[in-house]
Amino acid sequence: MNSKGNEPARPLDIIRRRLHKRYNAEKRFKLYGITAIFLSLAFLFLLFVSIIGNGYSAFQQTHLQLEFYFDPDLIDTANPAASNFPGIVKQTLRQKFPQAKKRREKKQLNSLVSTGAAFQLQDMVEKNPGLVGRTEKIWVPADDDVDMLFKGHISRDVPESDRRLSDFQLQVIETLEKERAVRKRFNATFFTAGDSREPELAGILGAMSGSLLTLALTLALSFPIGGAAAVYLEEFAPRNRWVDLIEVNINNLAAVPSIVFGLLGLAVFINFFNLPRSTPVVGGLVLTIMTLPVIIIASRASLQSVPPSIREAALGVGASKMQMVFHHVLPLALPGMLTGTIIGMARALGETAPLLMIGMVAFIVDIPTGFTDPATALPVQIFLWADSPERAFVERTSAAIIVLLAFLIIMNSLAVILRNRFERRW
Amino acid sequence: MENILQQTRYASLPEAGLQKQDWTHKSVVMEKFEKYDADQRGTVGEIHVADPRMTCRNVDVFYGDAHAIKDVSIDIGRNEVIAMIGPSGCGKSTFIRCLNRMNDTIDICQVTGEILLDDMNIYGKDVDVVPLRAQVGMVFQKPNPFPKSIYDNVVYGPKIHGLVQNRIEEDEIVETSLQRAGLWDEVKDRLDQPGTGLSGGQQQRLCIARTIAVSPEVILMDEPCSALDPIATAKIEELIDELRAQYTIVIVTHSMQQAARVSQRTAYFHLGDLIEVGETKKIFTNPRHTLTEDYITGRFG
Repeated sequence: MNSKGNEPARPLDIIRRRLHKRYNAEKRFKLYGITAIFLSLAFLFLLFVSIIGNGYSAFQQTHLQLEFYFDPDLIDTANPAASNFPGIVKQTLRQKFPQAKKRREKKQLNSLVSTGAAFQLQDMVEKNPGLVGRTEKIWVPADDDVDMLFKGHISRDVPESDRRLSDFQLQVIETLEKERAVRKRFNATFFTAGDSREPELAGILGAMSGSLLTLALTLALSFPIGGAAAVYLEEFAPRNRWVDLIEVNINNLAAVPSIVFGLLGLAVFINFFNLPRSTPVVGGLVLTIMTLPVIIIASRASLQSVPPSIREAALGVGASKMQMVFHHVLPLALPGMLTGTIIGMARALGETAPLLMIGMVAFIVDIPTGFTDPATALPVQIFLWADSPERAFVERTSAAIIVLLAFLIIMNSLAVILRNRFERRW
Repeated sequence: MENILQQTRYASLPEAGLQKQDWTHKSVVMEKFEKYDADQRGTVGEIHVADPRMTCRNVDVFYGDAHAIKDVSIDIGRNEVIAMIGPSGCGKSTFIRCLNRMNDTIDICQVTGEILLDDMNIYGKDVDVVPLRAQVGMVFQKPNPFPKSIYDNVVYGPKIHGLVQNRIEEDEIVETSLQRAGLWDEVKDRLDQPGTGLSGGQQQRLCIARTIAVSPEVILMDEPCSALDPIATAKIEELIDELRAQYTIVIVTHSMQQAARVSQRTAYFHLGDLIEVGETKKIFTNPRHTLTEDYITGRFG
């Protein structure tokens, strides 16, 4: 239309004129969103790359094949534990590499094989006493320095003084390599052993069982307590100032830094109730207190999302309040409550600070089997290994993080599956 | 444009014999509201019946400071359908929710006065709401079957009250209740399927079956057809007519045609006051109160 200047603009023209502005604003907004998502994905990718890149090598361990002579002079068949298995390892090495004359060279030679080799031999003899007196070719774990050499973290080209392995040790290793007596094998120790000062003997199982025991107790306590509290507050509690006060406090507790709960646990459970320190029982109690607010808040939200019409329907046919809650409201709210609980558990699994306070940060070699055994937990184990000076612990730290992340991913997927499968939409 | 609107409005009026007035001027209505003051609030019409099942005297309901029901007295007769009509927010839903104490679930709600069910004051100190609600059942505005099977929906009430002892009795009560609700033939082959999978009208009849399964004496219906299409509505209305033989039914409705069709008595509420009660025919043909007249002739509401 050819509208003249003095003619008032038609509404449609005004709308059209502003149209491109509106669309541009929308495009800009979409762009911001995509950028934000891209950035967070990039960071996630970076995290995974760095952790997996650092950690995957920990799932392999360099082993050496040596011919061991089970010398009857050194083995006490009646009591294998009192035998001199380290002596057998030393003997074997000295026979194979007679060029080690000096005391220093002998020491360097011995340090190529992990101290775990002696324990491996001891285990074999305990299982099969017939080995005594025989000679066997056995793969034993190499020392962490040898392992690092084969994983490329120690360079052969730098001067001897800059290297953790001496020229003599390199010679020995080269000899073994030529004999095809060096090989990287799957690091089963990592999944079957507890912590150790020697990286090649250190495993995650102790921390995993510690975490499992702690979480089992946390779940067993926090879900019933949190669920009951949520149901009472949501369905039965009168609306008054006291209940408001409790609500405010629960919301505040959810925001309290976790280390404060650790201090509370130290003061109450260990100092007052005299529960044993460094144990899953104390850890579980502390994490229960920490996750309770999260579970209560999630459960209440889930209960609130059950439509009032269902409650009315139940009350309308003469159900008591209790029957209404347990027959109709809870079954509908349960998936949401479980989801909240799993997310709370995932948070508890990754929690470190409160466990430091109650002594679960101790160096514990034995794998805990009960709630009162000294234990540590996965995130604390990561903290401990990250603190260790040996190069081989760097990759084990990352490997432990991979294990922890795997658990977290499993738990979170479980929460998502539960939600999708059982949640009803209204 | 305005004329067309006006005409459809008139065309939908329930009864003949209404004067066509120029009602479009809001001021006319507003003037009426202003005139309507305290001394006019008394109920006109006949609140008494010969043989009442429920008797309400001087009922007041407060939501906090808000006075939702003001001094309402009315009898509800045996085997009658009584319709509660009135504009939105007039308190008719609030009032019927007093009759089975559903208002108890709202903390700030306070009810005073006397409501008798067969000479028992339901707000008495020793009255338990659980058996009361078994006696006075309720059907809600939106069909709200439990997210369970059709069978479980019906059998739930009898089960919690211990009215059935074994599977045979359960089957029987499910069948008779569904038959009375006119739903049996449609669902008898899929009793194990979720009640939420039925159509809206079927769901509402399922809710009625669920209510009558506990053998109540009075059934309260809070706009039972407002979420249904005309065909489903017709079925429910038919059903209400059949149920009248055995139950006393109190129905809240927004549709004056529905009130005219299903009820024997009608009560008109306005802003918390019970304005007029009487035989449905009388109310719709010859209302005594001007507010009632204005409402049913479509001047507001």
